[in-house]
Amino acid sequence: MSVSVETAVGKRAPAAIAGHPGRPRARVVTSVSRWLFIAPAVLYVAVFFGYPVVKNIVMSFQDYTTRTFFTGEAPWVGVANYAATFRSSLFATTVVNTALFTVGSIVAQFVIGLGLALFFRRHFPLSGFLRGLLLLPWLLPLIASSAVWKWILDQDSGALNQFLGLFGAPPVPWLVSPNLALIAVIGVNIWLGIPFNTTILYSGLQSVPPELYEAASLDGAVGVRAFRYITWPSIRSVVSVVIVLGVVYTLKVVDIILGLTGGGPANSTQTLATNAYHQSFVNFQFGEGAAVSNVLIVVSFVFAIVYISLSRKAVDE
Amino acid sequence: MKTSRTIALLAGAAVAALTMTGCSSGGGSGGSKSLTIEDYYQASYNPIYQRCAKEVGAKVTINHVAGAGLIAKVLQQASSRTLPDVLMLDNPDIQQIAASGALSPLSDYGLSGKGDVPAVTAAGTYKGKLYGLEPVTNSIALYYNVSMLKAAGVTPPKTWDELRTDAKKLTKGKTYGFAMSNINTYEGTWQFLPFFWSNGGDEKNIATPGAAQALQFVLDLQNDGSMSKSSINWAQADVNNQFIAGKAAMMINGPWQLPALKAAKGLQFASVPIPTRTGAAPVAPLGGEGFTVPVTKSKDTMALAGKFVGCLNKPAMQTYIAGVTGNVPTNETAADAWAKSHPDVAAFVTTTKTARARTGELGPDWPKAATKIYTAVQAALTGKASPMAALQAAQSQSQ
Repeated sequence: MSVSVETAVGKRAPAAIAGHPGRPRARVVTSVSRWLFIAPAVLYVAVFFGYPVVKNIVMSFQDYTTRTFFTGEAPWVGVANYAATFRSSLFATTVVNTALFTVGSIVAQFVIGLGLALFFRRHFPLSGFLRGLLLLPWLLPLIASSAVWKWILDQDSGALNQFLGLFGAPPVPWLVSPNLALIAVIGVNIWLGIPFNTTILYSGLQSVPPELYEAASLDGAVGVRAFRYITWPSIRSVVSVVIVLGVVYTLKVVDIILGLTGGGPANSTQTLATNAYHQSFVNFQFGEGAAVSNVLIVVSFVFAIVYISLSRKAVDE
Repeated sequence: MKTSRTIALLAGAAVAALTMTGCSSGGGSGGSKSLTIEDYYQASYNPIYQRCAKEVGAKVTINHVAGAGLIAKVLQQASSRTLPDVLMLDNPDIQQIAASGALSPLSDYGLSGKGDVPAVTAAGTYKGKLYGLEPVTNSIALYYNVSMLKAAGVTPPKTWDELRTDAKKLTKGKTYGFAMSNINTYEGTWQFLPFFWSNGGDEKNIATPGAAQALQFVLDLQNDGSMSKSSINWAQADVNNQFIAGKAAMMINGPWQLPALKAAKGLQFASVPIPTRTGAAPVAPLGGEGFTVPVTKSKDTMALAGKFVGCLNKPAMQTYIAGVTGNVPTNETAADAWAKSHPDVAAFVTTTKTARARTGELGPDWPKAATKIYTAVQAALTGKASPMAALQAAQSQSQ
């Protein structure tokens, strides 16, 4: 390929001198070089994104098991994997849990994150240090923090119940009761997502020109009204990015749930993502695992499209 | 272009020919041969391998993989044809991997499981052919805190009724009378099996009255307050920690916990076989890992690997491994001698004699049944369904 470019470039000068007859050739050269510029990106996307997605789709129509790894045979089974997935009594549970987990996490993360971002916009002693401290959950390895949370939330000797016990509260079965486990897991995920929300929203707030507030305060718009008419419209595009990315990140959460409850008790914290993991890497039913994760990919894809259309709209505005 | 490819081919063929001659000459002289071993044990196993390496005249490269990652790694190696020469597998996995065609039958190397506990050999057998040999095995039994039982005036239980009353008596303050793992993994299933199997439960259809009775019994222990509700989140290591911390007076666990238990200061403990409803001998699951010889490129290396596995399974070697790991020799004569000299594992030796292999009935389909069993246990213990309803729901689950 490089050879053809060299010759093309080498011939370019005489062609240009010759005038008209060389034009089409020059056009070919520019279009080729245009493609060459995007080739690395296309190659990268194809190898690291396209291939896995296509492979995953193909796999979901195959009986892909431990046997396949040795023999290379993966019999085509049509939609059997999807049928098994949708027919499973677990599917409805996982869809509901995924929805609750995602909505619960995103709403709380966003509200708390925005509150903290607004709070840190005022400069006060140690505000920089505290803002740095806020990033802590992000800096810890997930496996470590979920192990610590598991201790904190333990029913008999966990720190949280010991603390609540000081006020005479009976021990709360955080990770043991099927009704509470999902709430506990969402709580930990909120803790984990706050730094992301705060950081992005804070930087969004930084870009709001202070003159706007000065001008508005002359007109009497302060406090809530200033937020409603100045802050919110100015950071709206940042907000949409935070929420859509947050949704995509939350949908695929596996590690925290596996670390805290392993999807239990009695599947009460099993989501689409953990179920896909379980099918593929515990049961070694890679076909069914792929089918479940494709459902998840479709949902994420919808949100990705929303994200793209939102960001395009923001540019147009 | 074409010429260069031909040259490369010729060169490759020449190299291949050279290596082949190199191999065969190496086989003649011996000593220079090497074997790769893959397991999920710790470095404490290395001296064991070195002994057998010396005996068969091979150099060994040992690769310890983290427990949970072993099967994933094996699958990866199977697809890239880079399997180790000697592969350790957890016994319920042997049939599944054998079914994929990745393992070679051990009869090719003149090996058999003669003299070993029959159920152990059954676990390593797939479609009538032996693929894995387990030098040592284990099972689970009931550990108890000697001083706590003495203080409560209780003798170790033999029946469910005794276990239930004893556990109640032993529950005081922050100490629960009884602890076991009911976690939503295969570990939870493994711990429930002695109750399930001893009472007539069967993995082909788990929704039977006997199975429901067993599950009801565990639920009763929880409802009595004798077993923590957290047991549904405890792995076996967590159960052991509760026992060491004095938060449980009795627990179900295996002999691999012995080193930790012995290291605990001031802890006096002993073990008995797990109580059954009638007081008969329990039917517990067999644990332990088998050694297999994967199909690799060189027949010579595979034969050497077969020799190596044979060495590991010799009775004298089994006894040596048992000493290092705290497990029970698989050879029945060696096990009896071992029980006499090591009273702290006597309960496990007794248990393994009547124990069953998890894959004995369903073979490679065992994992599906195991998932159903822990699903039912979790549903019953969290109060989502009655024991019978929980078992029925899990049995009909299409997983």
